[in-house]
Amino acid sequence: MSKNNIGPKRLVVGAHYGLKEWIIQRVTAIVMVVFTLILLIAYLLGGNPSYDGWAGLFANPFMKVLTLLALLSLFYHAWIGVRDIWMDYVKPVGIRLSLQVLTVLWLVGCAAYAIQILWKV
Amino acid sequence: MSDSHQDSSPAPQRPVFRNIGIGQLAQYRLPWPGKVSILHRISGAALFLFLPFILFLFDKSLASEVSFAYFSAFVAHPLVKLICLGLMWGFLHHFFAGIRYLLLDLELGVEKAAATRSAISVMIISLTLTAILGLRLFGVF
Repeated sequence: MSKNNIGPKRLVVGAHYGLKEWIIQRVTAIVMVVFTLILLIAYLLGGNPSYDGWAGLFANPFMKVLTLLALLSLFYHAWIGVRDIWMDYVKPVGIRLSLQVLTVLWLVGCAAYAIQILWKV
Repeated sequence: MSDSHQDSSPAPQRPVFRNIGIGQLAQYRLPWPGKVSILHRISGAALFLFLPFILFLFDKSLASEVSFAYFSAFVAHPLVKLICLGLMWGFLHHFFAGIRYLLLDLELGVEKAAATRSAISVMIISLTLTAILGLRLFGVF
């Protein structure tokens, strides 16, 4: 530790990852809001609540990519949110790290499942 | 450091504020923004835990006409309907509370009265839409 790193100048948030994650959480939120509105409008304008109408919506390659972007936003958003919950309530480092690893595995698994679902239609 | 300036007179009684414990949760009255905040966290956690279930429903609804028929029969079960309604509330609350937070980040409605009003609005909008979807889901209209 150098001498100019003490007192009020002491670095307590050295990694600076907090701001990045904070912004990502907001950007991904906006992506999901926009997608929700697009899906809602497309579904209502389609006027076909049967299987053909619903599946036809996601058969469109543009809609596939849009849905995947929204879902990837969701998984990243969920990672930041759930990580915050573990950091707030779970203090023992070992348990917290284990929960965070499980969270990442859970979300990556969901992403793999989502890709499989979308490209099956 | 404190020993060098020891005073003989007793220290004045100052109020002490601590984090609330689990036992105090029941009688701790949160203001409306606080209620929206903790429900935002709870709904987010619930949606996270039910992600595979939601993706499963999405999968069945999309894969084929046969799986769509399975999906329709599956969500016709009252228990599944109830779970779906809970998840719909979770989504709606998280959605509208989230938009409120985005507006707060833009410094819109940060005053105490405005923040209380927007928090109550979030509760009313999400619960009303949940009620409408619930009535639709259980076939009232």
